[in-house]
Amino acid sequence: MDTTNLIFAGVGGQGVLLIAELTAQTAVRAGHDVKQTEVHGVSQRGGSVESHVRFGDANAVHSPLVRAGQADVVVGLEKLEGLRYADFLNPVTGSLLVNDHEIIPGSVANAAEKYPHHAMDFLRHKGLRVVELPASRCAKDLGDGRMANVIMVGALSALLALPEEDWLETLKERIPAKHREANLRAFQAGRRLSTDFGSPFGLSGMQPVAGGHRDSGPLSPAKGDNHD
Amino acid sequence: MTKQLLSGNEAIARGAWEAGVKFASGYPGTPSTEILENLAKYPEVDAQWSANEKVAFEEGMGAAIGGLRVLVTMKMVGLNVAADPFMVFPYAGTNGGFVLISADDPGMHSSQNEQDNRYLALMAKVPVLEPSDAQECKDYIEFGLELSEAHETPVMMRTTTRLAHHKGLVALGDRVEVSRKEFTPDVKRFSVPIYRKLRRPEVEKRLERLREFAESTPINRVEWRASQPGAAAAKGSVGVVTSGIAYQYVREVMPAASVFRLGLTHPLPSRSLIEFCAAHETVYVVEEGEAFIESHLAALGATNMIGKSAFGVIGEYSPDRIAAAIAATPTAPMQDFSKEIAMLPRPPMFCVGCGHRTVFDVLRQLKVTVAGDIGCYTMGALPPYEAEHTTFCMGASIGTAFGLERAGHERTVAIIGDSTFVHAGIPALIDAVFNGSGLTLVILDNSTTGMTGQQPHPGAGTTLKGKPAPKLDLEAMVRAAGVKQVQIVDTWQRKEVGRAIRAALLQGEPSVVIARGPCMRLPEMKLSERAASPYVVDESLCTKCDACFKVWCPAITRTAEGFPIIDTLDCTACTVCAQVCPTEAIGPVDSRQ
Ligand SMILES: Cc1ncc(C[n+]2csc(CCOP(=O)(O)OP(=O)(O)O)c2C)c(N)n1
Repeated sequence: MDTTNLIFAGVGGQGVLLIAELTAQTAVRAGHDVKQTEVHGVSQRGGSVESHVRFGDANAVHSPLVRAGQADVVVGLEKLEGLRYADFLNPVTGSLLVNDHEIIPGSVANAAEKYPHHAMDFLRHKGLRVVELPASRCAKDLGDGRMANVIMVGALSALLALPEEDWLETLKERIPAKHREANLRAFQAGRRLSTDFGSPFGLSGMQPVAGGHRDSGPLSPAKGDNHD
Repeated sequence: MTKQLLSGNEAIARGAWEAGVKFASGYPGTPSTEILENLAKYPEVDAQWSANEKVAFEEGMGAAIGGLRVLVTMKMVGLNVAADPFMVFPYAGTNGGFVLISADDPGMHSSQNEQDNRYLALMAKVPVLEPSDAQECKDYIEFGLELSEAHETPVMMRTTTRLAHHKGLVALGDRVEVSRKEFTPDVKRFSVPIYRKLRRPEVEKRLERLREFAESTPINRVEWRASQPGAAAAKGSVGVVTSGIAYQYVREVMPAASVFRLGLTHPLPSRSLIEFCAAHETVYVVEEGEAFIESHLAALGATNMIGKSAFGVIGEYSPDRIAAAIAATPTAPMQDFSKEIAMLPRPPMFCVGCGHRTVFDVLRQLKVTVAGDIGCYTMGALPPYEAEHTTFCMGASIGTAFGLERAGHERTVAIIGDSTFVHAGIPALIDAVFNGSGLTLVILDNSTTGMTGQQPHPGAGTTLKGKPAPKLDLEAMVRAAGVKQVQIVDTWQRKEVGRAIRAALLQGEPSVVIARGPCMRLPEMKLSERAASPYVVDESLCTKCDACFKVWCPAITRTAEGFPIIDTLDCTACTVCAQVCPTEAIGPVDSRQ
C-alpha cells in the first residue's frame, strides 16, 4: 500500500495528541509500519498543536513528517487550526475533516474581528474537499464537550482502511475505565457523522466503510464525563 | 519479539533500563524531559531530578566512577551549565559506562537559542552518537555504554527535538543486570592538576583509538544504491552524507541515492568519508545544526560537497526543505494560503488559574523594567502584559537586574521561578546582596518546574520517584543570603501582590517578594482535591463592564448577548475574576444556585 499521511491540528487542551496517538496505535495493531511526530512544550499552553501520523508497509515509512501537498486527511479540531494546515493537503485527493467550532485566540488583539470565519468557504473555493462536522455540539449532546476529539477520530476512522475492531481495541486500552463507555459512544457517533456529512467520501486507494448508517437521529445524551 | 510504538525519549529510557543502568540524573528541559520521567517508572533504576545540570552531571560522574552504569540527561543549554565537569571528566575517564544525553532543539521549539552540542563534545574530546529513529535511540544506549566502558570515556548521545518527540516501532528486549565495577581510589587518575598533565596524552591516545573505531563500527554504514564502492565518480552521480533524523528525510526524498549514514559523528571516519566522496561527483552533506561534518570534510580536502550553502544552518530540517534545496520536484504543487486569508497566530498563554497573572498585571501597571528569567512566566513578555523586558538564560534575571541598576535604571524588578531560583538564582542573589544592590526580586513559587511539565525540584517536597523529600525553605534561603525585606503573599490575592511589590520597590535595600501558589496543573490543585467549585457569572448582577476580561483568563468568553461566561469545566476557582468584578456578579457555582 501507499503510505497514508495524516495531520491532526487543534488548540492546546483539545486532545489533539491523544487522537493522533489513538490513530497511530490502531495502525500498529493493524500491522503497519508507523511514524508519528509532535512537538511538546510551550505550544501546549493554549497555543496551536499539531501531530503528524504516517503509516504504510513495513520499513517503508522513513520521515515522521508529512510533506506539503501530500496529506490524505487533515483533521482539524478547530477551524482556524484546520485552515493553518490545509496547505499540507494533497490538492486533488486530500480532505480536510474539520470540527465546526471556533476558538478565538485569547491573547491576540482584536482577534474576534480578525478571525477568518469564512475559512472553510475559502478553502472550498480553492478546490479543496472540506467536510465540516458538528463534533463539539455532538459531544455536548453526549454529555461532555471535551469528547469532540474522539468524535473527530471516529469520523476519521470511517475514511481509513483500518479495521473497526482495531480502533475499538485501541480505545479500550488507551481510555481509562471510568471514561471508556462515554468515549466509545463518542467514537461511534463520529463514525456515523462522517458517513452522514461526508458522502460520497473516501480516500483514493482506501475503502470507506460500506453503506454507512443513516440512522444517526438525535444522539442519546450520555452521563457527563470529562477526561484530562 | 514484541514491537511497541515508542517516542525517541521513551526508547532511550527503555534502552537504559535494558542495558542495566542503575543511576540516572538530570534536570528537566525540552526535548529531554520524558527520558527520566519514563526511566523513573522502573524500580531497578535510581532516577532523580537534580538541582541543575552541573550537579546532575557530577552526581552521574561519581556514580560511574563508583562502578555503575549511568545515564545523565539534559537539554542542550543544560550542557553549558554542566560544561565544567564535562570538559574534565574525559581526563580521568570513567569506570562504569556513562552516557550523557544532550537534546538539541533545532528550530528553537522550546529554547532560548540554537546550539549544536557536537562542538562541545569536540572540545571535550568525547565521542558523539547520533541515532536516527526510535529503535536506534534504544539500541545506541547499550552501544554507548559498552563504548564508554571499552574506552573508559564518557559518551554523548545527541538527540534533537524531532527525534526525541517522534514515535516509531521499537523491538523490546529484557534487562541485563550489570554488576558494579570495582572502584579503586587512584589519586593520579582522578585527582589534582599536577597529575592531570599525566592524563593529558591519554585523552589524545584514546581519541586516536576512537578514530580507528569509527572506520569499522557498523553504526557508520554506507547504503550503496546508484553508485558503487571503489568506482570512480560517474558523471552526475550523487551521494549523501547524513546523520540523525535528517537521514530519514534523505531516504524519503532521495530513495535512489547512496547514503553514508553516520551514527558516530565524533570522531569521524575520515578515510571512509574521503573514499565515499571520491565515488561521487556531488556529495550532499545533510546535518541539522552547524556544518560539523561538512567542515571536517573540507578540512580533509574534499571539494565536491554541498551542505549548508544549500540546506541552511538555521532552524529545523524537513523533507520539504531538503527537496527544495536539491530542487527535486515536489510531487504536488505547494500551495500557500497565508497570503490570501488572515492566518491568525495562536501564541501560548498562561493557563486558566495560573498564579503568575496577578504579578504581571501589577508589573504592567507599575511600568517598571523587568529583568525576566526562563519559565512559564517568560510569557509575561507577550501581549497583553508585555511586562518582561529581558530574558536570557536560567538565573540571569538577578544578575541582569543588578547590572541595569548599576547602569542607572533604578526601577528594575527581577522575576524568577522557584525551580530556576534553585537552579541558578541563589549565587546571583548572594552576589547582589554582597555587592550592595537595592534590587527587588519576585520569586514565583508555584512548587514545581511548570514550563517543562511539572517536575518536582528541591522546593517541591517530593522526588522524581514520588517519595517525600525535605522541602527547601525559600524564605530562610533568601534571608541567609542577607536579604532583610522578605514578604510572602498568596499569588491569587491581587491587591496583596500589588501592595507587596510596591512596598518592595520603595526599599533602598535588597527586597524579595515570594508570590506563592501551586501550579494549577499539579494534581493536588484539581477542584475535587480542594473541595472547590467553579465560578459562574450572575447575569442579573453583571453590567458588562468587561473588568473580568482584563484578567485574560482563557476560561472566560462572551455569550451572544455580550455577557461574560466562564467555562465551568476549565475554571480552577482561582477567584481573580471575582476579585476584579465591581458588582459581585461572579462567585462559586453552589452559592449562586
Ligand atoms: C539550563 C537550562 N536548563 C533547562 C531549561 C528548560 N527550562 C525552561 S524553563 C525551566 C524552569 C521553569 O520552572 P520555574 O522557574 O519554576 O518556572 P515555572 O515554569 O514553574 O513558572 C526549565 C527547566 C533551560 N531553559 N535552561
